[in-house]
Amino acid sequence: MSWMRFLHRKRSDSELQDEIDTFLTEETADNEARGMSPDEARRQARLKFGNAQKVRESLWVQNTPQQLAGIARDVRYAFRTLSRTPGFSIIAIAVMALCLGAATSLFTLVRSVLLRPLPFRDAARLVMVYEHFRGGELSYHPVAPADFYDWRSKTHGFEDMAVWRYDGYNLTGVRNELPESVPAAAGSSNLFSLLGVQPALGRDFTEADDQRGSAVVMLTWSVFERRFAGNAKIVGGQIHLDGRRYTVVGVLPSWFKYPDDRIQLWVTYKANASPEMLQHHDWHGSYVVARLRPDVSLANAIAQVGAVQYQNHLLYPHDPVAEDVVSRSLNEDLAGDVKKPLTLMLSAVGCMLLIGCLNVANLLVARGAARQKEVAIRSALGAQRATLIRGQIAESILICTAGGLGGILLSLGATRWLAKTWKDLPTAQSIHMDGSVIALACALMFTAALIAGLLPALSTTGKSMLKALETSVRTGSSSVARTALRKSLLTAEIGITVVLLVAAGLLLKSFLGLRSVNVGCVTQNVLTLNYGLPGKKYDTAEKQNAFNEALLARVRAMPGVRGAALGTTVPGTGYWGTDEFTVKEHPPLKAGEHLPDALSRWADPGYFSALGIPLVSGRFFTSDERVARSYKVIVSRRFVQQYFAGDNPIGKHLHVPGRAHDGAPNLVDWEIVGVVGDTLYQVGKEPKATMYFPILEGRSGAMLVVHTATDPLQFSAPLEKQIASLDPELPVSDVLTMNQIIGASLVNASLSATLVLAFAVLSLILASVGLYGVLSYLTTQRTSELGIRMALGAQRDQLLKLMLMDGLRPALFGLGLGLVMSFAATRIFQSMLFGTKPLDPVVLSGVIATLLAVAVLACLVPAWRASRINPTQALRTE
Amino acid sequence: MGKSSEPQNEMLKGTLDMMILRTLVGGDAHGHTIAKVIERTSEEILEVEQGSLYPALHRLEDRRWVSSYWGASENNRKAKFYRLTAEGRKQLVRETSRWRQMTRAIGLVMGEEGGAQ
Repeated sequence: MSWMRFLHRKRSDSELQDEIDTFLTEETADNEARGMSPDEARRQARLKFGNAQKVRESLWVQNTPQQLAGIARDVRYAFRTLSRTPGFSIIAIAVMALCLGAATSLFTLVRSVLLRPLPFRDAARLVMVYEHFRGGELSYHPVAPADFYDWRSKTHGFEDMAVWRYDGYNLTGVRNELPESVPAAAGSSNLFSLLGVQPALGRDFTEADDQRGSAVVMLTWSVFERRFAGNAKIVGGQIHLDGRRYTVVGVLPSWFKYPDDRIQLWVTYKANASPEMLQHHDWHGSYVVARLRPDVSLANAIAQVGAVQYQNHLLYPHDPVAEDVVSRSLNEDLAGDVKKPLTLMLSAVGCMLLIGCLNVANLLVARGAARQKEVAIRSALGAQRATLIRGQIAESILICTAGGLGGILLSLGATRWLAKTWKDLPTAQSIHMDGSVIALACALMFTAALIAGLLPALSTTGKSMLKALETSVRTGSSSVARTALRKSLLTAEIGITVVLLVAAGLLLKSFLGLRSVNVGCVTQNVLTLNYGLPGKKYDTAEKQNAFNEALLARVRAMPGVRGAALGTTVPGTGYWGTDEFTVKEHPPLKAGEHLPDALSRWADPGYFSALGIPLVSGRFFTSDERVARSYKVIVSRRFVQQYFAGDNPIGKHLHVPGRAHDGAPNLVDWEIVGVVGDTLYQVGKEPKATMYFPILEGRSGAMLVVHTATDPLQFSAPLEKQIASLDPELPVSDVLTMNQIIGASLVNASLSATLVLAFAVLSLILASVGLYGVLSYLTTQRTSELGIRMALGAQRDQLLKLMLMDGLRPALFGLGLGLVMSFAATRIFQSMLFGTKPLDPVVLSGVIATLLAVAVLACLVPAWRASRINPTQALRTE
Repeated sequence: MGKSSEPQNEMLKGTLDMMILRTLVGGDAHGHTIAKVIERTSEEILEVEQGSLYPALHRLEDRRWVSSYWGASENNRKAKFYRLTAEGRKQLVRETSRWRQMTRAIGLVMGEEGGAQ
C-alpha cells in the first residue's frame, strides 16, 4: 500500500491542490455570505487555510518512505559529486569496467569448461578409463580394443562401458556431389545410451549395427544442417563415405558436441575394424567411457579393471601392454590441459580486480580527505555516522555499478573472442554468459563497491573526525593515520602488481623461447595440404603410388616451386603415432622389459631434401624402394643416440611388429639405410626418436609439402587445381602454411602470455597512478611544512629527496612483498614454462627495474613540484 | 510556522481522525464541510488546522476507512467528497469506546462529576 502511495504521490499532490482550491472557494463564498468584500473574503480564506505549500509538503513526506528518500538523496548527491570531477569518475569507472569485464569473461570460460555439469544424464558418474604404464609419469594412454573387451566382460564395478575412436572419411552424396573430407568418430553401439543421449531424429545404433562391414551412420547436427540443409528426409537415406554406401539412421541433437565440435558423423566401432585389430592388445587408439554403478566406489571399480589389465600384461610380456589403468571424470577429461592456464588467468584477473578496488579506494580516500571539513560539519549538525558512511559508499556504488555494466558489455565481446582464439578449449558445451554469470558479476560489483567505499568511508568518519574542526589545516596532523592507510593500500597494490609482472615475464619468456625454437626443418614459405585416396578407387599400392608420383612430378614442374615432398606429416604437427621395435642384431630383451618405441613417419625419396632435414649418414630412399622392395627405414639422430650408442646403425635391421607388410606378414624386418637430423614433433617438447618408412610402400593418405620461392598461400589454388586435374573427386583438406601449423601450436602459449602481460601492464599503470596520487596528495598536505623548511634554509634538492623517498618507501615495501609472494605463486604454474624457471634472474631483474623506473617516474613529478614551491606563498597557504 | 499551535495539534492528532469519521456519519462531505462541521459542532472551540486535515483525510483513505470521489459542492464547484466505509464505521466504534474510557478515566482523576457517570 505504501508503495502505491509512493508511486501515486504526484497524482495525489495534484488532487490535493484541487481540494485546496475547493476549500478556498468555499470559504471565500462563506465569507462573502457573511458580508465581506470579495478581496477581504479571499484574504480571510487564505489566512484561515494557512500555508498551502506546507500542507502539500507534509502530505508528500507522508507518502514517501523515509529510508528510500535518504538513499535517493545519497545517490543524487554522489552523482553530483562525481559529475563535478568527470576526469576522476571516468578513470575510476573505466578501471572498474576493465577489471570486472575481464573477471566476468574468465569466469564464464571457467564455468563452462570446469564447473558446469556436462549435459549428459547423471554426468557425475561418467568416467574415462585409460591405460597406464607403470614407472613413467602418470599418463593417460589410449586403450587397445582387446583390453576394453576384457574390461567390459570381466569387471562389475561399472554399469556399462563404451568405446570410441577418432576416424575420418571422404563424404560424398549418392549423386556424386562435391567431395568433402570430414572428421568422424567410431563408437560402440551402447555409447549414446550410456551417455544418456537420445538422437534428435531417427534412432540410435543397435547391437546388430555394431558389426564389421555394417554401413550405418549417425550425423551430428552441424553436418545435418550444413550439408543436408536440415532436411529430415535424409534419415533412412544414403550417403557415401570413402566411396561406400552408408544408411543414415539418426541425427544427434544440436547440443551434442562430444568429444569436440569437429566430429561430423559417427559410425559404429567395429564397422571398419578388422577382427585382428579388435584382438590386438597393443593397438592403442581408443577411448573408454564408463558409467559407475551407484553402489560401487570409483576406487573399487578401477581396482577391478586394473587387476584384469595386469593379467593381460602378464599374458603378453613382449607386447606393449600396460600394467595398470587410471581414470578421471569425464568433465576433467574434457577440460584436460586447459585447466591450468585457465586457473592461472582467473587468478591473474582476480589480482587485477583487487588492484582496481584498491585503486578506487585510494582515490576515494583522497577525496575523503578533501571533504574532511564538510563531513565534520555535517556530523556536528547531527548527522549519524551510518548516514555519512552511506553517503560515501553511494559514490563507490555508483562507480562500481557503472563500471560493472560497462564490464558486462565488454565481457560479452571478450568472451566470444576468447572462446574463438583459445584453441583446444573443450567445446562439449557452448560457452556463453548466462544468468548465474551475470549474478556473479553483480555480486563482484557490489563486493568491489563495498571494499572500495568502506575503507575510505570508515577512515574519514571515525571518532577523530571532529578534530578536523578543532585543528587548523596548517598542522595537518589529523591526516597522518589516513596517509598511513593510503600507503598500506599502495604497498598491497604494488605487491600484487609485482606478482603479476613476474608471472607475465615468465610466460612471455617461455613464449619467446618457444617461438625461436628450431623445429629442425625449413619453415618459411612452406605450404602443406592433406588428401586421402578413397580405398575403392585406389585399391592397390601401385595405383596409390601412381597418383602420388604423378602429383609430385606436376607440382615440382610448377614455376616458383623450390621443392615438393610427400609424407604423412611434417614436424610440428603433433605426436601422431609410435611403433614398438627391437633391433634384430641386438641381444633379445629380458622378460618384462619394455619394448623401445619411436615415432613412425612416412616419407618419399625427396622428402628430406625438400624440407631441409640434413642427412647425417647413409642415404635417403630411392624411387626404386617401393611396394615389395620397400623394407628400408631411415632413423633420426636421436634414435641412434638412444638405441645405437656408439654403434653404426647403417645396415642393421629393425623388427617392427606393428608394421608387417600386407603381402608378407612374416617379413617385418626393416633395414636402416640412413640417419637424418632431429625434428620436433611439437614445439616445446623434447625431440623423440623417429623412424621414417618409405611412403612408396603404398599409402592412401598423404600430406603434400611444397617449398615455394614466394608467399606460399598464393600456391594453394593452383595446387588444388593440379590435384583436381588428376582426380576431380578427391577432397583436399587443411591447406596450411608451416608457420600456421607451428603458430597454431603456439597460439595458447602466446594467448596466456599476452593476456597475463596485458593484466600486468594494466596493474602497473593502476599502481603508478596510485603512487602519483598519494604523493601529490602528500605534497599538498605538507605545503606549509615544506615552506617552513625552506624558510629555515633547506635546499631544493634536499626537499626533492625527502619527497621522493616518502613516495618510494611504499613502492620498495611493495616490491619486496611482491617478490616473496611471487616465489610462492609462480611455482604453481611451473609446468607451463618452457626454457625458464620461477626464479629466472632475467625476468626478476626486468620486473624490479621496470617497477622501480615506473615508481620513480610516478613520484618524481609531485616531488619536483614540492621542491619548486615558493616559500612565502607556501607559508601563506591555509 | 505556527509553533504555538503545535502542542494542540499533537493532542488532537489521535482525535482528529475520530472526529472526521464521526462527521462523515452524517453523510458524505468534502474537506471544507468537514472542517466547518467540526468547528460548528464544537461551538467554535476546536479549530481545525488545514495543515493536518488534508494529510489526515489521505491517511484515512489509505487505511480504507474512507473512500473518496469527485463531485459537485453545494455551490456547484468540483470537490472531493469523502464517504465512510464499513471498515471506517467499525473503526469509529472502536475509537469512540476508547475515547469514552479515556475521558472517563481522566474525569475520575480530575474529580469531575462527568467522570462518575
